[in-house]
Amino acid sequence: MSLLELKGVTKSFGAIHALQGIDMTISEGEAVGLMGDNGAGKSTLMRIIAGNFLPTAGKIMINGSEVHFNKPVDARNNGIEIVYQDLALCNNLTAAANVFLGREIRKKFGPISYLDHKAMFEKAGELFRELKSETRPRDLVKQMSGGQRQAVAIARTRLSDPKLVLMDEPTAAISVRQVAEVLNLIHRLKDSGHAVILVSHRMPDVFEVCDRVAVLRRGAKVADKQINATSPEEVTGLITGAIENA
Amino acid sequence: MTDTTQKSHAEIDESITSRQEMSGLQAALKTQPFWVFVAIIAIGVVMSFVSDVFLTERNFFNITRNFAFFGIMALGMSAVICTAGIDLSVGSLMGLAGIVTGLVMQAGYGIGFGFIACMGAAAIVGLVNGVLIAYLRMAPFVVTLGMLAMSRSIAMVISNNKMIYDFGPDQDLFEWIGGESVFGVPNPVWVLMILTVVFWWVWRYSTWGRWVIAIGGNADAAKLAGIPVERVIVSVYVLCSCCAGLAAFLLVGWFGSVTNALGLTYELNVIAATVIGGANLMGGVVYAFGAPIGAALMELIRNSLLLAGIDALWQQFFVGLFLILAVLLEQIRNRGRS
Repeated sequence: MSLLELKGVTKSFGAIHALQGIDMTISEGEAVGLMGDNGAGKSTLMRIIAGNFLPTAGKIMINGSEVHFNKPVDARNNGIEIVYQDLALCNNLTAAANVFLGREIRKKFGPISYLDHKAMFEKAGELFRELKSETRPRDLVKQMSGGQRQAVAIARTRLSDPKLVLMDEPTAAISVRQVAEVLNLIHRLKDSGHAVILVSHRMPDVFEVCDRVAVLRRGAKVADKQINATSPEEVTGLITGAIENA
Repeated sequence: MTDTTQKSHAEIDESITSRQEMSGLQAALKTQPFWVFVAIIAIGVVMSFVSDVFLTERNFFNITRNFAFFGIMALGMSAVICTAGIDLSVGSLMGLAGIVTGLVMQAGYGIGFGFIACMGAAAIVGLVNGVLIAYLRMAPFVVTLGMLAMSRSIAMVISNNKMIYDFGPDQDLFEWIGGESVFGVPNPVWVLMILTVVFWWVWRYSTWGRWVIAIGGNADAAKLAGIPVERVIVSVYVLCSCCAGLAAFLLVGWFGSVTNALGLTYELNVIAATVIGGANLMGGVVYAFGAPIGAALMELIRNSLLLAGIDALWQQFFVGLFLILAVLLEQIRNRGRS
């Protein structure tokens, strides 16, 4: 039984058909690369899985039972975490505050509960160490580099123990060293049985960490192949439309 | 080689985790309320030479009591401004809440009932503001401008445009709460001090406070993180209104009478005090101590001009000048940082 199964997922924005009948499955410990040109529907599909909006038609199944995500928290409660392309961070808060936003660690004193800053700084520091990122938990996000912001956004997904992590262009704006670290993290997620969907424009990244690659073109899935049964050339052809189907 | 580098990496990581940009004191030095506080001390020193009356206990009593009402309202306003909103209705709401209190107590009800009616009226106005802003996504400026007109009008209607000076059986207690003092400190100042400490705690240690600041920083990110953004925004407007209601309750007790003109144009002073105290109209910045400090500076200017024998007509000019200077200072400091 697959962890996540999409059946005929369709999304229309008025007359624009962003996604047309996408079928897709992903199992535990599997990493799937989702590729396609700008406007192919990658982000729309991500946002449907993450609960940002409901599909116009089609089903989403988790472990064989159908789910309806009305808001992102529903997806999170079902074990799906997402790193958004724009990272969705609060610049005026510290790195640790962002990691724990909406899931703050609290202490109780009688009937009063209050934020446990110490625990949050420590846990955030631990997560950043795991990511091998030089991100300081007490720094404000507005003072951070692109790579550090990325680390904060990725650390957010590590708070819970998600079944599926969605990553929307996680390596688009970071240094070479940190790209390697993010890819390492994806490997580690896979090893511990997590499924990953990686949206990326960077062919080498997808070929390094993914087991399978799915290609979208104009809202339709045109290919879904094991990584060792395809090549970067073929995928490029599928993305641009030079190769019709595979 | 590898062993030593491994070790030093671990050490470096450890020091990164515990490192902070600056210590608490250094951080305080960078905040607007601190510099406004310095300005207050400076004006105080100058005034102590200019006027013999300035340093007297009586004068301090008056200054602190006068700014306490604005400080209480500014605490609530700073929460609203932290979410990048604004509440223009607080002055009119004072009039409405004051009249409601007066009518209820005049009708022979006790002070407890009067207080509940006062805060209830305030909460309802705040709730309407909040729901229109959070759920119908209307601009805070427009909604609260409309409420400014409506609250004042309702106050006029229900008061029948008459002054109320009879507060029923609990009149003495009511006037004591607003007008008297405990240990030489006026009661409204006690209220302001307690509320300031409570707000300081809320901004630093409560989840709600953290969420309000997050919404001011990036409302979309807050929403995606699962924060109930709409409900928090409604609660912020209710809180701001309740602060105004509380200020009205104390102010009416001090005056010993209430007309529907209570709090006329106070919203401008409260917003000015909040901004002088370090709030940023773009949202995401809040200091509990900023509200009383901003209110104190404004009252100090008024008091100083009076004691220095400068025409009272200049008062608004200097309040405006300090407002602009405060924002300018903030701009310059931010430019230096980025």
